Amino acid sequence: MLGKLSWAAIPLNEPIPLVTGAVVILALLAILAWVVIAGHLSYLWREWITSVDHKRIGVMSILLAAVMLLRGFSDAIMMRAQQAIAFHSQGYLPPEHFNQIFSAHGTLMILFVAMPFVIGLMNLVVPLQLGVRDVAFPTLNSVGFWLTATGALLVNVSLVVGEFARTGWLPYPPLSELTYSPGVGVDYYLWSIEISGIGTLVAGINLVTTVLKLRTTGMTYMRMPMFCWTTLASGMMIIAAFPILTATLAMLILDRYFGFHFFTNEAGGNVMMFMNLIWAWGHPEVYILVLPAFGIYSEVVSTFSGKPLFGYRSMVLAVMAICVISFMVWLHHFFTMGAGPDVNAIFGIASMIIAVPTGVKIYNWLFTMYGGRVRFTTPMLWSIGFMITFLLGGLTGVLVAVPPADFLLHNSLFLVAHFHNVIIGGVLFGAFAGYTYWFPKAFGFRLQEGWGKAAFWLWLVGFYVAFMPLYVVGFLGMTRRMQHYDVPEWRPWLILAAGGAFLILLGIICQIMQLVVSIRHREELRDLTGDPWDGRSLEWVTASPPPAFNFAIMPDVSGMDAYWTMKQHAREQGLEHDQRAYRDIDMPCNSPTGFVCAFFATVMGFALIWHIWWMVAVGGIGAFATFVVFAWRDRDEYVIPAAEVARLDRVNLEQRRAALSLVGSV
Amino acid sequence: MTDTTLAFAQGEASDLSVTGRSAVAHSGPAPKRIVTGYGFWLFLLSDIVMFSCFFAAYAVLVGQTAGGPRGSQLFDLRNVAVETGFLLLSSFTCGLASIAAGVRSQRWFQVAMAVTCLLGLAFLALEGREFSGLVARGAGPTRSAFLSSFFALVGCHGMHVSAGILWLMTMMAQVFAKGFRADILRRLLCFALFWHALDIIWVAVFSVVYLLGSAV
Amino acid sequence: MSDQVQDMRSHLDVAPGDEDEARVGPMLLGYVVGLGLAVLLTATSFFVAGTDLVWQPSIPVAIVVLAIAQMGVHLVFFLHITTGPDNTNNVLALGFGLLIVFLVIGGSLWIMAHLNQNMLPMDQLMKMQR
Repeated sequence: MLGKLSWAAIPLNEPIPLVTGAVVILALLAILAWVVIAGHLSYLWREWITSVDHKRIGVMSILLAAVMLLRGFSDAIMMRAQQAIAFHSQGYLPPEHFNQIFSAHGTLMILFVAMPFVIGLMNLVVPLQLGVRDVAFPTLNSVGFWLTATGALLVNVSLVVGEFARTGWLPYPPLSELTYSPGVGVDYYLWSIEISGIGTLVAGINLVTTVLKLRTTGMTYMRMPMFCWTTLASGMMIIAAFPILTATLAMLILDRYFGFHFFTNEAGGNVMMFMNLIWAWGHPEVYILVLPAFGIYSEVVSTFSGKPLFGYRSMVLAVMAICVISFMVWLHHFFTMGAGPDVNAIFGIASMIIAVPTGVKIYNWLFTMYGGRVRFTTPMLWSIGFMITFLLGGLTGVLVAVPPADFLLHNSLFLVAHFHNVIIGGVLFGAFAGYTYWFPKAFGFRLQEGWGKAAFWLWLVGFYVAFMPLYVVGFLGMTRRMQHYDVPEWRPWLILAAGGAFLILLGIICQIMQLVVSIRHREELRDLTGDPWDGRSLEWVTASPPPAFNFAIMPDVSGMDAYWTMKQHAREQGLEHDQRAYRDIDMPCNSPTGFVCAFFATVMGFALIWHIWWMVAVGGIGAFATFVVFAWRDRDEYVIPAAEVARLDRVNLEQRRAALSLVGSV
Repeated sequence: MTDTTLAFAQGEASDLSVTGRSAVAHSGPAPKRIVTGYGFWLFLLSDIVMFSCFFAAYAVLVGQTAGGPRGSQLFDLRNVAVETGFLLLSSFTCGLASIAAGVRSQRWFQVAMAVTCLLGLAFLALEGREFSGLVARGAGPTRSAFLSSFFALVGCHGMHVSAGILWLMTMMAQVFAKGFRADILRRLLCFALFWHALDIIWVAVFSVVYLLGSAV
Repeated sequence: MSDQVQDMRSHLDVAPGDEDEARVGPMLLGYVVGLGLAVLLTATSFFVAGTDLVWQPSIPVAIVVLAIAQMGVHLVFFLHITTGPDNTNNVLALGFGLLIVFLVIGGSLWIMAHLNQNMLPMDQLMKMQR
C-alpha cells in the first residue's frame, strides 16, 4: 500500500537528524501558525504564491537560496568540526552519516543555493533593465520556481524520512547502482534533481526568449546592459546543458528501477560513460553559475566607479566565447580515468584557453575603475574581494588543468579548495553583491551599510582562513571526503580551517543582523527616488519597489547606459516635465498553476522514491489536469486603467522631485 | 541625482505601437506569436540535446551485447518501414491541420488532426508490438547494455509521441470548445513544431539504430 | 503585452514554424513536395541498407547523408526554416543546438573509445576481484 515506506524510515536512533528535523518542523509549524492567525494567508496566496510577476518570483527564488544556504552551511560546519576532531578517532559523525552530509552539502549548495540565487537575480532585474513589463512567459516562470522548490523540499525531507545519498553530490556508479546503494538515498537525489532540473530549464528558456525577443524600443543588442548579455549566455547554456543532466540521471533511474544496464558492472554496462556524460553537464553548470555573477560585477563596478563599462564589445565577445568553450573542456574532471595522453592534452589545453576571456574581463573591470570616482560601498567591496579571490582560484584551476599535475591533485583537498575558491569567490560574492545592490529596488529601502561591511570582512577573512589551509593539506596528500585520518601533519591545518568556517558563520550572522536591522530601520533607509546609487541602467528609472507594470511608459533607448544618458540629457536641456500620454496596460493574471503543479510533482517524487505506485499515478494525473485547467482559462490578462497608471507614476515623480529639492539643484 | 522625469518628456516612448519604424534601430518587444514560437523552439532544441545523449549512449553501448542477440538478429525492417511511413504521413497531415487552422476551418482542422492522431496511434501500436515481442524472446532491456540503450532511445521517442498524442487530443478539444482564439492558435503552432520535430528525430532513430544496426 | 500587433507581418522576425505565405495553394504545395521528397529519401535509405548493388563500405556514410537530407527536407518544407533575415534568430538557435549535439555525441564517442581501449572491461575487472 505504501511501497517501501514504513515507520523505520524515521531516524529514531540517530540523534542529529532527529533533533534537527524536530526543530525545523516545529519552526515551520510556528511560522505557518503565525501567518494564519495574523491573517496573512490570503495576502501571501494572492500576492506571492500565485504571483506571476518576475519581481516576486525573483525574490522568492533568492529567499529559497538564502534558506538553503543556512542548511548547506550547517553541513559545512559539521564537516569542518568532524575533520578537526577526527585525528586517530571516529569523531562524532559515523561514516554513513558523514557521507550523507558531504553529499547533501554539495547538492544543496550548487543546485539549491547558487542556481536559485543567480536565477532569482536574473528574474528580478533583467526585465527592468530591458525596459519591459515582465519576462516572456510569466506563468511558466512561476512553474519553474515552484518546481525548484519541490526539489529542495524533497532533499530536506530525506533528513527525517529515510536517508540521503552517500555517493557525493554526483552519484557515480557503480556505488549509486541498486547493488551498492539499495536504500532510498540515491532515489531522493535523483528525483529531486530531475524535477528541479525541469524548473531550471524553464527559467533558461524564459530568460533567453526575454533577452532576444522582448527589449524596449531602441534597445539593440549592443545597447543592453552587460548583465543582460551574461543572462543570455547563461540561459543558452542552461538550455544546452540541462538536458544532458536529465538524460544521464534518467539512465541511472532506468538502471535502478527497471534493471537496465547502462552503468552496471555486468551485462556490458559502462561505468565510465556516466562520468563522461554527467561532466558534460557539470562543467557548463559552473559557468552557468559564474556568468551572471560576472554580469553583476560589470553593473556594480561601473556604477560605483561612475564610469561606463570599459571595453563593452570585448566583454560581449568574452562572454560568448566562454559560453561556447565551456562545452569543450569537460574531460578535465576525469583526467585520471584513463583516456590517455592525446585526449587529456586536448582538453587540458582547452581548459587553459578558457581562462583567457575571463582574464580579459578582469582587465576590463580594472580599467573601468581606473580614472573613476570609486565609492567603496558594500557591493563594491564584494566585487573587489571577488577580483582577488577569483583570480587566485582561477590560477589554481589552470594548475590542475595540466594533466600530469592533476594526476597528483585529483580528488585531493587541493581540488576542493580550488572549486570553493572560484564558486565562493566568484558566484557567492557576486550573489551577495547583487543582493545588496538590488535590495532597495526590490523592497524600497537600502540595507544597512555597517553590518554589510562587517559581513563582507568576516566572509573574506573567514574564506581565506578556511580554504588556504586546504590547499596546503592537499599538497600534503590528503584525499577529499575523509571521515577520519591519522596523518599528524594535516591536523593543524584542518583545525585552522575549522576556525575559518567559524569566521564565516559570524559573517552569516552579520548578514542576518543586517536584514533584521534594516527592516527595523527601514524608514531611515527608505529609497524615495528609486535611484539610490546614481545608477546607469533602466531598472533605476522605476520606483522602488516598481509597480506591477514596471514602466508607466516603456522607455525609448538611444544609447548604452540608457538611464545615464537620460539623466545627462535632462541635466543639459533642463526641460520641464510635460504631460505624458498614459494608456491602459494589460498585465498577466496571477495563477495557482505553478504551486499546484509543484504540489503534484512533490507527491509524484515522494511516491517514486518510496515505490508507492498508485500515488505516482495520482500525482501524474493531477499534474496533467493542472495544465489542462490552466489551458482552459478564458481570461489570461487583466487591465490596469490609464488613470491608475498615471496615479502611480505621478507618485514616483513627486517623490523624486521632493527628494531632489531636499538635496538642492544639481 | 537629477530629475529623471524630464528625460521622458522628450522621448517618443509609446506602448508597443511599432508601425513601420524602419528608421528605429529596434522596434520594441516582438508580437506574442513570435515570442511563444521562439520559446518553444528553444525547448525543442533542448529536447534534441537530450535525445543526443541517448544516441551517444547507444553508440557507445551498441557492441555490448553480453553474449545476447545483436541488432541484426532482432530488427524487422519491414515493420520499421511501415512505422516510418505512418509517422511521415502524420507529419504531412499535421501540416494540413496547420493550413486548416490558418484559414480557420473547424471541419478540416478536426479531420486532419484526427487522421494525425490515428497515424500516431498506429505507430505506437506497431512499436509496442515490437517491444513486447522482443521481451518475450528474452531480448528485453535487462538482457544487455545494448538492449538497455536501444529500449531507452526508441522508448524515449515513443514516450514523446504518446505525450504528443495526449496534447493533440487536448488541442482538438480546445479548438472544438473555443474556436480559433489567438492563444489557441499559438499553442497549435507549438504543437506542430513538436510533431514535426518528433519525425525529424525518428529519421535519426531509424537511420542510426535500425538501418545501420542491421547492416552490422 | 497586448495582441494588437499580433498579425502585423511588418515586424522584422518570423516565428519558427510560421511561413510568410498566406494562400492555401502554395502552402499545400509546399507540404506535398516535402512529403514527396521525404518519401523518396526514406525509400532510398531503406533500399541502400539492404541492397548488394552498392559498394558495402559506403553504406553507413550513405545512410547518414540521406538522414541529414531528410532532416533538411523536414526543416524547410514542414518547419519553414529559411535562411532569410527574418529567420536569423531561429537558425542561430538551431546552429547552437547542433553544435552542442555534435560536441556531446562526437566528444563522447572519442572519449569513450579511448577509455575503453585503455581500461579493462568491467566484467573482466570483476572476475579479477574474486
